[in-house]
Amino acid sequence: MYSNAYIFRYAGIMVILVAAILSSAAMFLKPYQERNDAVDKMQSILAAAGIEDVTSANAIELFNEYVTDMIVINEKGEVVDDYTAANKENSKAFKINLKEQLFNKANNKPYELALYIIQKDGQKINIVPLRGVGLWGPIWGNIALKDDFKTVVGVTFGHKSETPGLGAEIAQKPFQSEFPGKTIFDESGKFVSIGVVKGGIKNLPADLQSHKVDAISGGTITSSGVSEMLQNVLESYVPYIQKRG
Amino acid sequence: MSTEKQEREPLFSAKNRKLLTSPINLNNPITVQVLGICSALAVTAKIKPAFVMALSVIVVTAFSNLIISLLRNGIPPRIRIIVQLVVIAALVIVVDQLLKAFVYDVSKQLSVFVGLIITNCIIMGRLEAFAMGNKPWPSFLDGIGNGLGYGMILLMVGFTRELFGSGTIWGFHVIPESFYELGYRNNGFMILPPMALILVGIIIWIQRSRNPELVEEN
Repeated sequence: MYSNAYIFRYAGIMVILVAAILSSAAMFLKPYQERNDAVDKMQSILAAAGIEDVTSANAIELFNEYVTDMIVINEKGEVVDDYTAANKENSKAFKINLKEQLFNKANNKPYELALYIIQKDGQKINIVPLRGVGLWGPIWGNIALKDDFKTVVGVTFGHKSETPGLGAEIAQKPFQSEFPGKTIFDESGKFVSIGVVKGGIKNLPADLQSHKVDAISGGTITSSGVSEMLQNVLESYVPYIQKRG
Repeated sequence: MSTEKQEREPLFSAKNRKLLTSPINLNNPITVQVLGICSALAVTAKIKPAFVMALSVIVVTAFSNLIISLLRNGIPPRIRIIVQLVVIAALVIVVDQLLKAFVYDVSKQLSVFVGLIITNCIIMGRLEAFAMGNKPWPSFLDGIGNGLGYGMILLMVGFTRELFGSGTIWGFHVIPESFYELGYRNNGFMILPPMALILVGIIIWIQRSRNPELVEEN
């Protein structure tokens, strides 16, 4: 009923048409999407520092108000760039692609990382952006540390495709609220990061409790992903932290 | 092609209304046609993602049914499945891109579900079984009806799993603290995917015992 030529023509035209529709949609919508990504990044950074009532509408304004320094450090812990002017989204630190930099780190190549400094209620808060792998795809977030780089002020996590109700709970308040007050260095000043444990932190020895949080039931691989992400990213900042004393 | 028929038949004739309502009970895509089970397991640990997934599936089944029905006379039968897939995939990608650009918060909430819609066999099942042989308007209604039938089961399963698994409804705690003090515990099994399968099984059981015509002979 339909000749082969018709079928080929039909398929060819359909594919070209759909490709044209999709690519023009992607091109037309890209600036809006990038804007949303930048705003979302700012919201996440501000939320980690415990700044409340940040909406997509006022995120840029609040970001410029609270953030004082956008620092870039290298693998030796040296400050490469310190941006203090207005319009923080134009800084080098804000544009760093953490995924690429961590890839360089894994391959023992030089890398550069961002560090955001926030002034809130007269206190200096350091924000470290995070990125790692969950069960189905990338996970990311921000961890806010006190001026001494030891105690956690707050965290935010995000994920691309973790299982809803299980791994995806890392992006929810109950999991994130376990972090404030934990420490990433032990008594002797050794870097220990923060890990997740199964079976409840209350069953751990007292000296471990401040470096551990409860994993999510049914979300073990995502929880371990969070652990590894914190370990991997925070250890890259240790040279910088030790250098500044 | 469809105009002359529509002049004779009102938009919501008894036949068209039936297209909307029959998938909700007697021809339910999940419990009777047994389609779309995998996504029903994946997104029903909480009621909110289940709701959003249901809504997205309604939109996509309705519009892919409509588009395929409009094209149905030109589609070469030998590549019809490919054409159907291309339409579904293109529709889902455009919806995803639009959400990302204009309602970023919703898009973040949906995250992986938008992509998952492509793999939902209800959509292809309806295209193949209905839209390929029916006019656009009935196809559109059939898409909405099947989406509703799917969504209803999703919400029932999601409601039960969230209530007993996490003690919450739509993220709000509904089981009072005093219950926990008396020794009540959330059922951890509820939040794992196998429980969704068991719940769907129970729903099928109840539905068949109430509608004996669904029970097969022998």
